[in-house]
Amino acid sequence: MSSKRPEHTGPAELFYDETESSKYASNSHIVKIQSEMTERALELLALPEDKVGYLLDLGCGSGISGDVISAHGHVWVGVDVSLPMLKINRDDEEDPTKDLLLRDLGSGMPFRAGTFDGAVSISAIQWLCHANASDQNPRKRLHRFFQSLYACMGRGTRAVFQFYPENEQQSDLIMSQAMRAGFNGGLVVDFPNSTKAKKVYLVLMTGGVQQLPKALTDEQEVAQRGQVENIGRRVFQTGRQGKGKERIIKGSKAWIDAKRERAQKQGREVGNASKFSGRKRKDKW
Amino acid sequence: MKLLTHNFLSSRFLKNVTTGYPLKLTIEEKNVVEAEVDVNFLKNIMVKIDYAVLYDVAKSIGEDENLPSPDATIDLDSLNKEQLNKLHRVLVCVDVVVGALECPETGRVFPIRDGIPNLLVNEDEVS
Repeated sequence: MSSKRPEHTGPAELFYDETESSKYASNSHIVKIQSEMTERALELLALPEDKVGYLLDLGCGSGISGDVISAHGHVWVGVDVSLPMLKINRDDEEDPTKDLLLRDLGSGMPFRAGTFDGAVSISAIQWLCHANASDQNPRKRLHRFFQSLYACMGRGTRAVFQFYPENEQQSDLIMSQAMRAGFNGGLVVDFPNSTKAKKVYLVLMTGGVQQLPKALTDEQEVAQRGQVENIGRRVFQTGRQGKGKERIIKGSKAWIDAKRERAQKQGREVGNASKFSGRKRKDKW
Repeated sequence: MKLLTHNFLSSRFLKNVTTGYPLKLTIEEKNVVEAEVDVNFLKNIMVKIDYAVLYDVAKSIGEDENLPSPDATIDLDSLNKEQLNKLHRVLVCVDVVVGALECPETGRVFPIRDGIPNLLVNEDEVS
């Protein structure tokens, strides 16, 4: 099972070689999902409406997330550890609003204080939880990363990380290191009950305690956003139990009302509905 | 790499470096891409830009003509269109394709190839 996760196979700069990078960038399924997650991450960033932001894309890769940021009219700097990915990103389009840096997130952010209006990271932070050399300590690298990130973010800005936590310890580790560095915030889990649509976003805020944005849960909202088309198929119930409705207790007011209505529909003579029907009588009677 | 990005880069992540700013930029090959002037963005970013550093770099590549003087504080509303265009050109359009960045304190050199600065360091170089 664990071999399904690319971060278990080795460091990102080796995993995302030329073939893997071009596969990643041209896979329409990956592109679609990544773009949707970036849209959501930008929504969680909650930038002022008319502001052209200067954003940081952590683990920008081949630029799927960057395209979305550009489409929203922001200017961004991408940081990634895989040179083949960055080359695809650069050759992709002459986009004047972006700039790229080859850099390992775990060795800290190379910017001066208060540079950015926000940071976005799509499926990248989990790579930091693994040591790929004897001198690497994931805890230390995460701490260094968050500390330097905190420094280069403007006051009152946010950083949103989408990631796939492997287990609870992993998300706890990431969270605790972020809090140690001075961030406020927490996890926003969209569609927590769905295996497919479930997405975890770590929303980190600088400066003051603010309320976490709400997660998406409503199934209707899923349909509206078009994130998962076949969610309806998986919501079904077997057997007679409840038939999707809450079961009505026999003898309760609701039960009497339903029964009266049914009888009325059948054309039978029934007593008038009153506020007394279904009430409990006194013991004395 | 754009001069905009250079203006924000710092080598403070290196061991025993206190400021690490500004990084010395040497340019071997540059490219100029056309981009539309976005006054909104300029307004937002000029607050954070270290203008003296930007002016010095622009001067070193002969792009300082028409740029506002680095001595006075810059008020974007008072600049004429030509100056705005020039400012925008220096920040966003000039793209360093081949060159190097050098840490002002330790002299560590980070090469720029294909427009991408290589800021990779070994684990023992960072604090």
